[in-house]
Amino acid sequence: MIAVIDYGMGNLRSVQKAFEFLGYEAEIVEDPERLSAATHLVLPGDAAFGDAMHNLQTAGWDAAIAEGLAADKPFLGICVGLQLMFEESEEMGKHRGLGILPGKCVRFPPTGRVPQIGWNQIAIKRKVSLLEGVPEGSFFYFVHSYYVVNENKDDCVATTDYGIDYTSVAGSGRVFGVQFHPEKSQVHGLRLLDNFARLR
Amino acid sequence: MLAKRIIPCLDVKNGRNVRGVRFSADRDAGDPVELAARYDAEGADELVFYDITASADGRAIVMDLVRQVSERVFIPLMVGGGIRTFADVRHILKTGADKVSINSAHVYSPEIIDQSAESFGSQCIVAAIDALRRPTAPGEPPSWELYINGGRKATGIDALEWVEALVDRGAGELVLNSIDADGTRAGYDLELNQAVARIVDVPIVASGGAGNLDHIHEVLTAGEASAALAASIFHFQHYSIPEVKSFLRERGVTVRQ
Repeated sequence: MIAVIDYGMGNLRSVQKAFEFLGYEAEIVEDPERLSAATHLVLPGDAAFGDAMHNLQTAGWDAAIAEGLAADKPFLGICVGLQLMFEESEEMGKHRGLGILPGKCVRFPPTGRVPQIGWNQIAIKRKVSLLEGVPEGSFFYFVHSYYVVNENKDDCVATTDYGIDYTSVAGSGRVFGVQFHPEKSQVHGLRLLDNFARLR
Repeated sequence: MLAKRIIPCLDVKNGRNVRGVRFSADRDAGDPVELAARYDAEGADELVFYDITASADGRAIVMDLVRQVSERVFIPLMVGGGIRTFADVRHILKTGADKVSINSAHVYSPEIIDQSAESFGSQCIVAAIDALRRPTAPGEPPSWELYINGGRKATGIDALEWVEALVDRGAGELVLNSIDADGTRAGYDLELNQAVARIVDVPIVASGGAGNLDHIHEVLTAGEASAALAASIFHFQHYSIPEVKSFLRERGVTVRQ
């Protein structure tokens, strides 16, 4: 079972139905204890970083996620879910993140339109199973004002150009995060989710 | 690079898709769920469902369509028309819409924008405005008046001032509908889009007036819009989405393949 973590933030049904469309069992999980029954963990999110982290901690998700990662379960952070994987964010004050990957989240410079909303491309920096069958330059749907700056160069899997080149797919091993919304990114997004579900 | 978006709009009345001409006459343009699936397959970047009945019955029909479409189409869905309260916004998002487009309600009760953006994030709160050109003396900069209730009621509000206020309140995107151009197929109001694009940072979706490929190209370049919304030119198959995209690509505009 793929667990879609429900910590009170955002439209989770769209993530669940994308997995269901692909033929996988996906459950919107409201109780951290339920994660032990999951084979895969998905952390979505549309909300502000601070509120999201507050909700994760209050309900005990941070400990449950750490347990899942210790058990080597595949993990996918989506949008704010990717940002939460890092150590801190400067969105509306300084907030600590889950610290799964070293680095932080910063705001786009005011040179372009913020938030970035729409379809943008990825430049693949490292071959990983998550992106198998996803062509170089594929378009994905993005909505965000902050982006991640990874400290470990190797954690960058793909970058995107929005005035600056930033990390849009991060991860190592079987732990990944994507800044875009694969569940809203038509065929390439579905392919990525399928690849994730196949990680064993 | 961020692509310019092509967004077909389905105006839904009593469960059928209709096209509007200057906000009035209707002509049947097909089954919305079938159309949505076709546009998705053709490469639409987003879909808009607009409830032009905006009654409780109309809303229920549109919600049912949104549910059906969102089960099989994996691109963003925007829903608008007749939204009055925060509870309406929440209901639409829960049904499977990714974005809610709020129109007259942001004039009647502007706090609906603040409250919705705070609860669900600016990314899903779109403010739509209907604007009519004001007569201006030669040499005067153009200006527009904000209209509500489907373009029927003048507000006396300056549209450019109002969009700034909407963005301050948390609107994450703006749909600019030109009443002068709507349904005429004579081109978008380029000056309206450009004027708004220069005073706010959020993306602008141009709406109203698309009649040919040049119109779409113009509004995405000279008009400085991030996305072009169109209805009748797609529904009646005057142009397909791939045709629009290759036309733009040949002219150096980045579009999603």
